[in-house]
Amino acid sequence: MPTVRFTYALKRFFPGIKDTPASGRTLAEILHEMETCYPGVRSYILDEQGNLRKHVNIFIDGEMIADRLRLSDPFRENSEIYIMQALSGG
Amino acid sequence: MKNTILLGTRKGLIAYRNGRAGWAVENLSFEGQPVSIAYADPRTATWWAGLDHGHWGVKLHRSADRGKNWEEVPAPAYPEGAEITDGQPAATRYIWSMAHGGHDHHSRFWIGTDPGGLFSSHDGGASFQLVESLWNHPTRKKGWFGGGRDQPGIHSIVVDPRNEDHLHIGISCAGIFETNDGGKNWEVRNQGLRAEFLPDPETGVGHDPHILIAAPTDPDVLWQQNHCGIFRSVDGAGNWQEVSEPEGPARFGFAIAVADDDPEQAWVAPAHSDGNRTAIQGALCICRTDDGGKTWKELRQGLPQQHCFDIVYRHALASSGDALVFGTTTGNLFFSGDRGENWETLNNYLPMVYSVQFTD
Repeated sequence: MPTVRFTYALKRFFPGIKDTPASGRTLAEILHEMETCYPGVRSYILDEQGNLRKHVNIFIDGEMIADRLRLSDPFRENSEIYIMQALSGG
Repeated sequence: MKNTILLGTRKGLIAYRNGRAGWAVENLSFEGQPVSIAYADPRTATWWAGLDHGHWGVKLHRSADRGKNWEEVPAPAYPEGAEITDGQPAATRYIWSMAHGGHDHHSRFWIGTDPGGLFSSHDGGASFQLVESLWNHPTRKKGWFGGGRDQPGIHSIVVDPRNEDHLHIGISCAGIFETNDGGKNWEVRNQGLRAEFLPDPETGVGHDPHILIAAPTDPDVLWQQNHCGIFRSVDGAGNWQEVSEPEGPARFGFAIAVADDDPEQAWVAPAHSDGNRTAIQGALCICRTDDGGKTWKELRQGLPQQHCFDIVYRHALASSGDALVFGTTTGNLFFSGDRGENWETLNNYLPMVYSVQFTD
């Protein structure tokens, strides 16, 4: 079962957020699942059209995903999925 | 004068309160987060904050206890399939304006956004819907464009207190739009404006009103600080007349305020040209007219007069009775208790100030 790991920056808005196992078969399904665990978190990661926000990155086993629009990048049974913030701003 | 000043800044929401010892900070919320606009709804004393997280998108929060506790509510969201232009999906990029819907529509609340969508709530702000009639206006896809921001944005929402279904809104860049039926139908109201940045300055749509306001004592008197000068209408935006100074500083800028007891009296915060966007000759001034824009007086007493780069963003100048306040791009906050004749500094060390509002 893949594990979703979140950047510490999201703890400010979701204090209880932690490494979370997921059962979804696609990245989009997994993010939907995370919304159930942490209501509201999906809108921090995706915009209302379902696209990954510009300054958010998702890594699967250390590799940045390629498909930021449809979230179709594959993962394995025991993958680690990292949700990170891009380093930007000031 | 109202005794609270609410600030939206690049690093949080800050509230000042006037007490025995003068103005002091009462509340700091969302420290470190850009608050694109802070707004107090006078009907309910609810404070609203539009957040522009660099990473996590646009968020909306409200507080019923003067900022002690905040509740996140769903931010305005564009429906599936909405497009800025053909093939370019629309998502909320910025909350740029807020307005309550009036006393006859107690649960109504308006929000203006980049990329050009107006949203309304009919449940006190718990949920928002895109005003499709304006989004589908035939001028939008080809005639609206970015100005101030990369995409078109609604920065001004003016609700007529005599008839709260009657609104004017300001869009950069498109111009002024009016509805008489609570947002079902919209008319363009740009007659008399100039858009010097376009091949046809007298274009119907494509104007850049930096901010639009109405005189509380006569809502048919509307003022706008436009990219191309200061304009005033005395017939509810039917016709606009330029009231800029031909030579003096009152011409280019972003902010404007009108007295709440006199439709002829208004203030602007002049800036050096759209090419520079700095204080004029390194000196900060506010200009006031007492005669509907025929003449302007420069008000400088107490404001920095050398080596100054401050300008005042469109929502960052406000009046209340004899009081005026403005916040600047370099984090200064200035207050006047005598309609701008004399100024005192409330803070030199704030973040960039996006909005100021007087409230109770």
